[in-house]
Parts: sequence; C-alpha cells; structure tokens
Amino acid sequence: MSAARSRGRVRGHVGYAVLALVPVAVVSVFFVLPVGAMLHRGLWPEGSFDPGAVLDVLRRPRTGRVVWFTLWTSTVATTVAVLLGLPAAYVLHRLRFPGRSVVRAALLVPFVLPTVVVGLAVRELIAPSGVLGFLDLDGTAVAIIIGLVFFNVSVVIRTVGVAWESLDRRPAEAAAALGATPWQVFRTVTLPALRPAVVSAASVVFLFCATAFGVVLVLGGVRYASVETEIYLLTADLLDLPAAAALSLVQMLAVVCLLVVVGRLRAVPDPTVRRVVAPAARPRWRDTPAVVVTLMTLAAVALPILALVVGSLRRDGGWSLDHYRALGGSADGLFEVPVSDALAASLRIAVDATWLSLSLGLVVAFVVTRRVRSLVGRRVRAVLDGFFMLPLGVSAVTLGFGFLIALDQPPLDLRASPMLVPIAQALVALPIVVRLLVPVLAGIDDRQRQAAASLGAGPVRTLLTVDLAVVWRPLLAAAGFAFAVSLGEFGATSFIVRPSEPTLPVVIYRLLGHPGALNHGTALAASVVLASVTAAVILVVERLRVPGTGAW
Amino acid sequence: MLELTDVTVAFDGAVAVDGVDLAVADGDVLAVLGPSGCGKSTLLRAVAGLEPAVGTIAWDGVDLAGTPTHRRGFALMFQDGQLFDHLTVARNVGYALRLRGADRRTVRREVDDLLELVGLGGYAERLPRTLSGGERQRVALARSLAARPRLLLLDEPLSALDASLRVRLAADLRRILTEAGTTALFVTHDQSEAFAVADRIAVMRGGRVVQEGPAAELWRAPVDAPAARSLGYSVVLDGDAATLVARAASVPLEPGGQLAVRSSGIRALPADGADGGGAANGAGGVVGVGGGSLPGTVRSVRLGPDGLRLDVDVDGAGRLAALADAATEPAPGDRVRLHVDAGACAALPPRGAGRWT
Repeated sequence: MSAARSRGRVRGHVGYAVLALVPVAVVSVFFVLPVGAMLHRGLWPEGSFDPGAVLDVLRRPRTGRVVWFTLWTSTVATTVAVLLGLPAAYVLHRLRFPGRSVVRAALLVPFVLPTVVVGLAVRELIAPSGVLGFLDLDGTAVAIIIGLVFFNVSVVIRTVGVAWESLDRRPAEAAAALGATPWQVFRTVTLPALRPAVVSAASVVFLFCATAFGVVLVLGGVRYASVETEIYLLTADLLDLPAAAALSLVQMLAVVCLLVVVGRLRAVPDPTVRRVVAPAARPRWRDTPAVVVTLMTLAAVALPILALVVGSLRRDGGWSLDHYRALGGSADGLFEVPVSDALAASLRIAVDATWLSLSLGLVVAFVVTRRVRSLVGRRVRAVLDGFFMLPLGVSAVTLGFGFLIALDQPPLDLRASPMLVPIAQALVALPIVVRLLVPVLAGIDDRQRQAAASLGAGPVRTLLTVDLAVVWRPLLAAAGFAFAVSLGEFGATSFIVRPSEPTLPVVIYRLLGHPGALNHGTALAASVVLASVTAAVILVVERLRVPGTGAW
Repeated sequence: MLELTDVTVAFDGAVAVDGVDLAVADGDVLAVLGPSGCGKSTLLRAVAGLEPAVGTIAWDGVDLAGTPTHRRGFALMFQDGQLFDHLTVARNVGYALRLRGADRRTVRREVDDLLELVGLGGYAERLPRTLSGGERQRVALARSLAARPRLLLLDEPLSALDASLRVRLAADLRRILTEAGTTALFVTHDQSEAFAVADRIAVMRGGRVVQEGPAAELWRAPVDAPAARSLGYSVVLDGDAATLVARAASVPLEPGGQLAVRSSGIRALPADGADGGGAANGAGGVVGVGGGSLPGTVRSVRLGPDGLRLDVDVDGAGRLAALADAATEPAPGDRVRLHVDAGACAALPPRGAGRWT
C-alpha cells in the first residue's frame, strides 16, 4: 500500500513539475531571453564584458536628470493618487447609494485606457485651446503628473476598495465601544488593517508611474524624459545600446529593491485573511468630506475624457463628424493604413494575446496556489511566484527591443510571425491575469477538494467540480483585463509591430507625429473609438467581479 | 442606571426589536435570554449606539439618542472577542487607556492588573492569534473592563467556547463582574450561562421581552411554555398528563393549566423498591392514594452525565424522561415508579392567558 502511495506521490510531483515547466519555459524564452539579450548588447558591446561604458552612461548629467525626474514625478503622482483614491475607495466600497456600480465601473476605466489615449486626453484638456488652457500647464511636468494620476487613481481605488469592502465592521465597532472617536478608530483599527492594501496599491502605482511610457511620451514633449522614454529614445532613435542597457539595468534594480521593500512593509503581525464582505452602509453626514473628494476625483477623471470626445467632434470652430469619417480611409494620404484596419488588427491581436495570457496565467495560478507541505516545495513556489511577476517590473520598451534583437535568428526567428505581437502583449498582461486568479484559487478551502475526492471524484473531476466552479467568473474578468491591456499596449508593440499592420495605439501615435489639424482630429477620433472599446470590455468585466477580490 | 423605554429597531421594515422596556440598576447584571434571531443582539447593539433605534435609551435619566457610540461609555464585548489582530494582548487591553492619553507606566500597571484579574498574567506580549478561544475571550473581557465602562455590554461572550470551558468561564465572569461592581447587560441563548452570571433575567422572543425579573423568580415561575423551555424546563405537559403529574408532585394547578417540569426533578425508582408497599398496586391505585409517585414502564435506557436517563411510558400521562440511579439497573419493559420533586415543577397559567401559546 505504501508503495502504491509513494508511486502516486511521485506521479503527483512529476505532474506538478511538468505543469510548472510550461509557463517557466514560455517566460524564459519570451521574457528572460529578450531582456537578457538587450542587457548583453549593452554590457558586452564588443563581445567582451565592458561595464565601463555603462558606468560612463550613469555619469552623464542627462542620465542623472532623467532618473531624478522619473523619481520625483512618480513619487508625487503616487502620493496624489493615494490621497485621492482612499476616500473614493471608502465611498465606493463601504457606502450604499444609487448608481454606485456605475460610478465604480467608470472609475475603473482610466486604468485600462491606452496610455497614448490618456496622454492625448490630458493634453486636449490643458492645451492652450483646452478647458484648462488658462493654467498654462501644457508641456510642464505638472501635465505629466496629471496624466499619471489620471490613470493610476483607479488602481488605488480598486485595490484599497476591495480590501476595505472585505473589512469586518466589528473591530471598528469594538474600538468605538471602547471610547475611540471615528478618527481614532480609523487611525488605530482601520488603517492598520488596510495597510497591506495601501502599500500594495502605492507600490504598484509607483511602478506604473516609473515605467509609464505613452503618457510621458505624449505629454513630455522634448523637454521631459523619464527612464522609460529615455530607453526608447536611446534604442530607437540614437541606437546607443550601452546607454539603453545601463538604464534598463538601473530600472530593473530599482524595481527589485522596491519589491523587496514592499514585501517588508506589507508584512503584518497577523497575515490571516478573513474575506467577509461587509454590507455597505447608508451615507451619513460625517461621510461628506469623503464624498466630496470622490466627486472631485470623478470630475477629474471625466474631464480629460470629455475634452477628448469634444475635441474629436470639433473642426474649424464647428461641430463635425469629419474626423470619424476620416477613420475609414487614408484621408490626406498622410498615413498609410486606415484606422479601421488598425482597429481590426488590434482586435485580432488582442484575441490572440488574451487566450495566450489566460492559458498561461491559469497554469501559473494553479502552480503557485497548490498546497505544498515541504519547506523546499514552498521555497520553489515562492521563487516561481516572483518569477512570473517579473514582467510587471521590467520596462515594456526593454521587452520590445529585446524581442527585436533576440528573436531574429533561427531557431527563434519570429520576426515574420503573426504571433510575435500577441506573445509580447500576453507577457505584459500576465501579471494582471495571475493577480486576479491567485486570490480566488488560494481562497478555495482545500477540504472542498478533499470532500469531492472522498465522494469518489478523480483529480480531473475534482478540478471541474470545485476549482472551475469558483474560477470561471474571475477567469472571464481576467480575460477582459488581458484584452483591454492588449488593446492599449504601446511600449513593446511599437518596436515589434509590422509597419504595414500597426495596432490602433501605434497609428494614433503616428498620426500625432504628422502635422495638420485633420490628423490631430483623426487621432482624437481614433482615441475615442479605442477608449470606447476598452471601456465596454471593462464594464462587462466589472459585472463579473467576485466581491472581495480583484486587488493587486 | 440604564433605562430602555419602548425601544424598537427595524431594518428595512423588518422589526427586530419591538417595543422593549428594560432597566438595569447600578451594579446589577441583567441577562437577556432568548433563542437566536429573537433580536437580543440587535437590542444590545442599539444600546451601544451601533443600530438606529426608536424609543428612549437613557442613562441616569439622560436620553442617549444623539450620543455616538464612543461617547456613551458602554464597552461592548463581542461573541468572538474581536481582538485587534495586529496588536499584542497588552496593547489590546491597554487600548482604551491609551485613547485617554494615560501615561505609559499607568497603562502598563493597569494592563498587568487586569490580565491578572482574568487569569492571564504573563500573556502581555502574545499576539491574539496564538491564543485559544477561552483566552481570547478573557483578553476581550480585560480590554472591555480597562475602558472603565459605565455599563458593560456582553454579546454571547461564552457561546463560541466548548461546554466545559463555558461553565468555568461563566463562574469567572460572575466573580470578575461582582468584584469590580460592574453594571452589565448580557445577552445569551444559554439558560445555564444566564443563571450562572446574572442577577436578573429578561426572556426575549420575537423581538419582545416576555418576562423579566430576578433570576430565582424566573427559575421558579416562567410565564409560559416557550419561556419555561428557554429557562431550562425540559418538558411542558398539558391536559391529563399535567393534572396527573401535578398531583403526584403536590403542585397546585389551575384547571386547564400547563405544568413545566425539569428532567432533573423526576427520579425513577424500581416498582418493588425500598419503600415497597406500592408494588402490588394497580395503575390507578398509587395515584389515587396521592403517594407522590407515578407508575410506568421503561421504554429505553441511556447513560447520561448525571445518571441513567430513562424514557418512561407513564400510566395515564404518556412519556416522560426520568433519571435513575445506575445501581438499580433498569431495563426496557421494567415497571418503575416516578417520584416528582415539587421544586422542579412550575405551574403555568392556562393556555391563552399569556401572549404566546
């Protein structure tokens, strides 16, 4: 009997290893290899190790300026996003009022809007001709910060909101009954309980800000560059690979440090999670400040989008649909590909990227949530967990350029493959998919599986009855997110997309590069179309959300 | 002193607490006893200011309607303690003291005293999750006491614990409350807990208080059949059975009245046992003589914690549960005599006299 049992266990280990190998292989080939190739080009410029060049780059005053600019804008943007997001998270997840789900979904949209679109929308708002033109913010660092806050405040709202929603009301009540004022309750009970969520949100937002590409590229103009846009400039325009590799290295090290620090900060005395969704309460007078901040946030999120829509409908001082008509054809002959074709290409690519990241993410989620009893097993699992989160911290530009230089010779000559872009985008979406699935899978009580097994269900049957029943909704939600991320992906795509078959964000960026009012207007119209599609996808996703999950 | 006048709590139209009047005098412990879902916890939360209530909740004559929870000076202890998981035991207990800005040394001293009081000296630096259920509840109690509440509210504080621990902790709770002279309002569904801890008991059902009085009085004289059951009476008899058993126990019973009996008050003796005489009597004979015992036939025998538990088919009165000395070795089919202790019986007014039947 024990022989049979140990045979079964060995088979289980082998199965686990095989399952784990699939995503490891994929991430190695399509992530580690390209990024490694990029670093290799930089650090071994003439075939021999030459860190001197890299150090030289780091000593350039421009490098210092770029790093400093990235740091301070990201810090400010993160702070503002957290300060705006906390009250909104409370209002949208703890209070009950009509239209709550609509507002919630609306505030989720900016996060999935393509960064190019966000940049464009903010610029429409603050351009001299825009509603906020009198503030004279166009081309300033403030514009970039507005853009960063705009698309990151939703991350804070979602992450903290989900934690807040599943926060048991009773400890706060116990504190109040012990004489704590509402502010004391917030400081001593609520905030400590929310700390992991706030720290995660802040760190992810900082990460997104520090690696933001489209927003900075569109809003920064020639005056401002972040590490990410600088890498783009150095590789694509100046072909200064050692410099680009140096910056990539700096970025990666910074991200690793950040993740370690965050891991420390997130550690709490008692890590057990109690997922009880507390019933929302009716708003009271003392909630007024939070409600006001939420309304301001809502307005701040709505304004750029309104500016974008209005801008797309204005031509020569009047209302017109000309810009939308121009989407169908190559209006002035200035751009080679009709926007409608680009949209079709984007959708096609997004479908491929979605199923790729979804199947990969599902395997990863199963692997990292499997119960392991041995210490070694747990270590391996922790390493895998971190490994699959790598794409979150590495610049999409680095990835894209790495694709270009690493996957261009046999046996991995994928330059002509239609799957190249979807694969890159799937990797960018992978961390999000995994983050959506892991909490749900980890939350399944293992005894449910044991109960199924004890009733005679085999492993596959157990998986179908227990896991699938729970995971299908978040799986659909993850599909929506992956789809939206893929539609908006710009950093990596801009490198590897075939010029004759560009995606919509790439076309929008190209249109912006061409002079002419019609081109600008058409870019706005294309942005509206792209934003509508992603928003529609996300609104469907929001309906599929499992309460209490879906944070970072 | 706490006074509730016509307190009603409704959630979206569903009435959870319905016109409750209650009072708790200073230093008293009042237990609100009722089955789950009867509204007792809601009542407690309304007193704490956590649920909006209609009616008057007053302390020493001052209406608390506009007073938020944290200014009421009522500490609430939850069923599962609700310790702050991120704080150590000492910091949990010292929470209320720190809120008031007590200096570090005072906090430390008071916390140590309180932990001693609840029997957890030396637990100061532990984290709540490392404690057992009973220890957590003791910490929660110490934390509530540290707030020096005018009134201590306890929401089923012992229910989450296992039976033997519950008995021990109930006795401790009584001692701690009386030693500290704490005024307390305490809700529970367990009558033994209520009797162990409280001076007065209010029986609640369907959102209303159906009976309130000193514990001993309620123990003796429940107002109706459901109240009798929630106060620990195991069976409520009516009709002939009630008359027969009441006569055997020499308890006066109004015509048509019901009789509540505690199972501990019925003892089965062998039909041909020590006081012999009745062995040959026919069924009606013994009762007619009024000798205080009921003849019957044993249907089944089970072991219980306090002796053998018999299910007896009593002649003319139907089935009754009774206790027997294990040494008598009764077996199914044996004839026995049941002796009913008058102190274990309560005569209830006839059906329909109370609000609940």
